[in-house]
Amino acid sequence: MLSLVLIIVASLFFMGIVIRTKSITSGRKGPGIFQPMKDVIRLWKKGAVFSRTTSFIFQIAPSIYFASIIMAILVIPFGQYRGIVSFDGDFVFFAYVLALGKFFSIIGALDTGSSFEGMGASREALYSMLAEPAFFILMGSFALYTGHTSFHEIFTSLHFGSYISYGLGVLATFVLIMIAMIENSRMPVDDPKTHLELTMVHEVMILDNSGFDLGLILYGTNLKFAMYGALIANFFTGTFSILISILIFLSVQILFAIMVGILESFSARFRMGNNAQFIFTLTSISILIFFGVLLIMGKFV
Amino acid sequence: MNAIVIKNNQQIPFDSIPTLEYNKFLEYNTALLQNEDCHCVNYYGIAVQENVKLICCIANDKDATILLSSSLVGLETPLECFAQHHLAFEKFEREIHENFGIPFLNHPWLKPVRYPFNASNKNNTIANYPFFKIESEELHEVGVGPIHAGIIEPGHFRFLCNGEQILHLEIQLGYQHRGIETLFLQKKKLIERHTLAENISGDSVVGHTTAFANLWESLCNVETTEQAHFERTLALELERIAVHTGDLSGMCTDVAYQLGSAVYGRLRTPIINFFQLWCGNRIAKGLIRSGYSNFPFTNELGEKLKTVLEAFETDFEEISKATFAAPTVLGRLEKTGIITNQVGKNIGLVGMAARMTNINRDIRSSHPYHLYSTILHQPILKHHGDAYSRARIKYREIQQSITYIKTLLNAIPSHNTTKIEMPKPTPNAFILSMIEGWRGEICHCAITNAQGELVHYKIKDPSFHNWLAMALAVRNNEISDFPISNKSFNLSYAGHDL
Repeated sequence: MLSLVLIIVASLFFMGIVIRTKSITSGRKGPGIFQPMKDVIRLWKKGAVFSRTTSFIFQIAPSIYFASIIMAILVIPFGQYRGIVSFDGDFVFFAYVLALGKFFSIIGALDTGSSFEGMGASREALYSMLAEPAFFILMGSFALYTGHTSFHEIFTSLHFGSYISYGLGVLATFVLIMIAMIENSRMPVDDPKTHLELTMVHEVMILDNSGFDLGLILYGTNLKFAMYGALIANFFTGTFSILISILIFLSVQILFAIMVGILESFSARFRMGNNAQFIFTLTSISILIFFGVLLIMGKFV
Repeated sequence: MNAIVIKNNQQIPFDSIPTLEYNKFLEYNTALLQNEDCHCVNYYGIAVQENVKLICCIANDKDATILLSSSLVGLETPLECFAQHHLAFEKFEREIHENFGIPFLNHPWLKPVRYPFNASNKNNTIANYPFFKIESEELHEVGVGPIHAGIIEPGHFRFLCNGEQILHLEIQLGYQHRGIETLFLQKKKLIERHTLAENISGDSVVGHTTAFANLWESLCNVETTEQAHFERTLALELERIAVHTGDLSGMCTDVAYQLGSAVYGRLRTPIINFFQLWCGNRIAKGLIRSGYSNFPFTNELGEKLKTVLEAFETDFEEISKATFAAPTVLGRLEKTGIITNQVGKNIGLVGMAARMTNINRDIRSSHPYHLYSTILHQPILKHHGDAYSRARIKYREIQQSITYIKTLLNAIPSHNTTKIEMPKPTPNAFILSMIEGWRGEICHCAITNAQGELVHYKIKDPSFHNWLAMALAVRNNEISDFPISNKSFNLSYAGHDL
């Protein structure tokens, strides 16, 4: 329960910090950190307009997408506290419930019949597919290391003992951050600020969504960021007392948001064709973690 | 004699342009373009009773001359086209075909250009434009526009793609057609004509107005004052700095490089604000007038400009250093949207787009006007013809313009605002005026009748030549790189559509 509450709290200001960081690095003042959330609330108050070429799929897709994110958040633990749902193998559930949401957002985009949205959908499907092995090898390695297969047990029994394990923690954080960037269609894979349909990935898929649905999708992105932030925070909260854990959680979220902002300020988006290659490198880093785990466990002769 | 040789801004009696038999005309002009120093500046038709007089203006960049020749042809007679010999004539012949219905034989792409209200074939509308079609199951079509994603100007782009790869791009323009050339004849007051010139293309206000002002002064036999020479040169270079900086910002936005986008965007402001200070308008509307100057450039303005440029230069160099050293930016710009030197020559590129592919074409050095004859401009050339070359040219040209302005500011001429009464234009004259705007050569041509009234006015924006290059540059590129190619050329829709 605690993790759900904390993730929702973090989601309220996460995107605001990203935008504020980007504003400051480019010498601007920037909006308040709750501005993105205010925009979402404004959208929630509006009705939605649907194109006549779309079917019911387009109308239910945003809700399913949003619901899938909420379901994924339910399995995320916080420190010693289990998530609302916790069972063996719940990280597989986590990955595929998100994939289900993505599937619906993709067919929702295809449903509009627009040539742009089809392109965006195909890009998003490709990048998610490529990011998947990285996540499973990463979580699989930790499952192997700790001997458990649920998020809660993996994180509570994860101890950083040797130098190698610190190294693994750092690598895992990196991989998770990059996966979060890819899954949320942020830089360097996608440019969330662009106005150019031809270069968009995620943004182009939601061109036809409006009002309440658009609000759901936008807030979904905030939630997803906070959710990955929570995953990362779990690496570090370990066995600390609850107050310190909450403090660590919030500072990890804020640091993560600032990092995203900085990353997006000082680099350009990759060429679309190089994205696939880049995402694959995450898989190889995950494999490095896997070998590290084997090394620690002495299974590596 | 096949052609009459004139200089930039020189008026001649209209009858002195030799009229050739069409085949001779074709042979002569296409042969001229075999010489790499020559390029087609303008080729258009004017109605003469039941016939059409075709006028071809070929500029020789080496000896600063323009060769004019003409031919009288009927409306119905099919003619062999110029474009089969040299692609540079392609757009011009399409325009002639659209206006008069002359059937050109063997023309590769005889499609509508801008749908004027007096087009010969009224059945050609924007809605039924004959797009290049595909029959394949594997390829897909992407239509972009006419409403631009950044709501700039309207134009329709039709891509044929193999997945993410562009196989073919067809650009359909004409949405902005306002009939400016006709309006030039209808509006008799000089102030109205100046306003029209200012509104040909909003980003080349100084360019087009200067071309018109030079043309008008020369047509009325009024000596351009020292002050006007100075102010127009200065304004042209300032416009170049402002637009190039804005373009660099736009290119950074398109590759999602936020720092560059923000800083270049900010740097453009003091330059256009200087225009505001000088003439009360940020894009310099109202600044250039033939015969007199409303807003004399005073020494105080000179001092102000010096401080503006000093502040600009420091930040500009710093951000350029960061931008051109950022690997992610270079990764997007390099090898994107390449036009080879050969293609550039074939399609008759002009201006910045020509120089990025190592074609030395710059009216400032080849047909100098105003103070450029004293500045001795050396065009900046790049070799690769990609988006990176275009970005670098913008960067280097800004530096160059700053140097020129600094030199100019050392000798601010004395000024006065006495308004002179412009005499009537010379009757039965033809005049051609060329200037190098920031985008490339702008060419205005005018013809007067026996009473000294304008009977024909022809405007050519550099975009008219260069749009084709954009379509060719994006072939085999990723479709997601199209916006960056588009921005790096930054062609005018309004200037093309007139």
